[in-house]
Amino acid sequence: MNVLSGILALPNDSKKKTLVVALVLSLVCSMLVSVSAVMLRPLQTVNATVDRQRNILAAADLLDEDTDVTDAFSRIEAHVVHLESGEFSDDIDAASFDQRRAARDPAMSRALARKQDIAGISRLADYATVYLVKDGDAVEQIILPIHGYGLWSTLYGFIALEPDLNTVVGLKYYEHSETAGLGAEVDNPAWLSQWKGRRIFDASGELVLRSVKGVSLATGDAAFYEVDGLAGATLTSDGVTNMLHFWLGEQGFGPFLVKIRKRVGSS
Amino acid sequence: MNSIEKKIVLDPLIDDNPITLQILGICSALAVTTSLGPALLMCAAVTAVLILSNAAVSLIRHHVPSSIRIIVMMVIIASLVIIVDQVLKAYAFELSKRLTVFVGLIITNCIVLGRTEAFAMKNGVRLSILDGLGNALGYSLILIIVAVCRELIGSGTLLGYEILPLVTAGGWYTPNGLMLLAPSAFFIIGLLIWGIRTWKTAQVEKPEYQIHEVHRTGIV
Amino acid sequence: MGEYAGLLIQSIFVENLALSFFLGMCTFLAVSKQVETSLGLGVAVIVVQGITVPLNNLIFQYLLKPGALTWAGLPELDLSFLGFIAYIGVIAAFVQILEMALDRYAPALYHALGVFLPLITVNCAILGGTLFMVNRNYDFGESVVYGLGTGVGWALAIVLLAGIREKLKYSDVPDGLQGLGITFITVGLMSLGFMAFSGMKL
Repeated sequence: MNVLSGILALPNDSKKKTLVVALVLSLVCSMLVSVSAVMLRPLQTVNATVDRQRNILAAADLLDEDTDVTDAFSRIEAHVVHLESGEFSDDIDAASFDQRRAARDPAMSRALARKQDIAGISRLADYATVYLVKDGDAVEQIILPIHGYGLWSTLYGFIALEPDLNTVVGLKYYEHSETAGLGAEVDNPAWLSQWKGRRIFDASGELVLRSVKGVSLATGDAAFYEVDGLAGATLTSDGVTNMLHFWLGEQGFGPFLVKIRKRVGSS
Repeated sequence: MNSIEKKIVLDPLIDDNPITLQILGICSALAVTTSLGPALLMCAAVTAVLILSNAAVSLIRHHVPSSIRIIVMMVIIASLVIIVDQVLKAYAFELSKRLTVFVGLIITNCIVLGRTEAFAMKNGVRLSILDGLGNALGYSLILIIVAVCRELIGSGTLLGYEILPLVTAGGWYTPNGLMLLAPSAFFIIGLLIWGIRTWKTAQVEKPEYQIHEVHRTGIV
Repeated sequence: MGEYAGLLIQSIFVENLALSFFLGMCTFLAVSKQVETSLGLGVAVIVVQGITVPLNNLIFQYLLKPGALTWAGLPELDLSFLGFIAYIGVIAAFVQILEMALDRYAPALYHALGVFLPLITVNCAILGGTLFMVNRNYDFGESVVYGLGTGVGWALAIVLLAGIREKLKYSDVPDGLQGLGITFITVGLMSLGFMAFSGMKL
């Protein structure tokens, strides 16, 4: 205590006191910061996981007001898929694989040439995580992660498909920074509900699903391949169409959909 | 609370408001007010940081060497902001995602540094806490007014609850999209300042150039 | 090369830190009364931003982000929570060094900038630029471009506003709007104008 009061009694601008004050302050602050970070980390990780799971459930139309997220998610299996071959890659742990981080790692991704990069994502990871909603052994839905550039930002979301791999169950974006009231209407439940029941491929197998400009006037079968555009948000709507064409096409999950169609069969 | 303490807490509400008079803390007032939820969260975060940093700086004010004064204040403020950020991520994850980088920017929020430098370095702990509280209340008042205007007129909702039914949801209200864009915050605060200074004429700034009437004596 | 040009245009016009994200507002509104002082401050911001964003990028990539310390044999460590304090420390230190360097090698400039140089430390635009760079995970090259671009964008905005305010002095503004009020509305209109750049991609 005498040492302490001795130091406190020194004039403020003396070198010794400056050093001591700086040191003590740094120690105290770093301790407080580190302790709070470490103590709160488990809670934060749970939050991030539940958040991600909630978004996946929302795309699969399995989320209600009172759904227990962890409980509902127990039916869902995550698998890592090698995009080019379309095969499951079971040696990569789906729980820890981060597709976004992989896209920046030159060893696990590649840069896209401008003509190929219709979704505006610059780099494509070699692998992606897909989610299968299971009921016992049968596959009820297949959920694919998609992302692409809109007007201001990259939109990240999920598209959920029925086992015929053609009919859409739902679409949901969980991250974007589009203009509120315009592009951000991708979050509007009324617009999102239009996607339910739409079909990706037409009778001849062509990838045709898209968001048109203005209101869709298609009738009959053609109506299944179109969704209304977002009013005042042409670029965002185009971004949605482009990313769907990219990810459901040859460069994205195309090979995977072909492979799994054989395995799951249509129902 | 005696009258000096009352003055310290209540002055920053209108008479000495950090945003409309002191020109401090404006950045976040503009950016996070598109809806009321994140704005309220920001108010809570700034209040916590203001009160705690004022208290901490006031506690050690007699022993801070002048050569490292600013950096000492910044270290204390930065540490508090980190802790607040960690708490938000743990207990209010959804809302904190919408605040993105703006929680971190509380470190450079001029109000916090401004009050620790101007008040906490020269006054006792109790008064410093009250000063922090007062300025936080003044800041929150402006933020809440702007956020209510922007969310109500811009999306017809308040705190996510529908107040004015939107046309897109089958109602009658066509939302004013401008309210959700950047410039509207500037306009609202500009008009607020006009209103406050018309009420409290003591705050009016003197014009830099006095316009004089010109008398024409003839046509040239 | 094209992506860098695109990023440069984006950070100067489309995502202007002052007019689209409202960063650095306090100094922006307080200093923009004259074009000359605004120009001086703008140049200082470009220099500080152009150096601290890449510097902070290195710190983030090699010290703080999850897995960053693999080169030191500690791949499990995630020190990203120390981010705020590290970045502001770097900024404060760099501004201090810049001050001393200018005082020694360019005293005329040092005196012209006066008190505004230390004020740059608490300019939200500087810290904001770093935080956005971390948020978007830019690499070193991108962070150099982003730092310079955002600095130029902020400088452009403040010089433009100063030009308008110098003319506005001679206008008949209502008493309640005099000074701060009319400046807010002017900046709002400038911000509206800059929105015309949205959607531009090189």
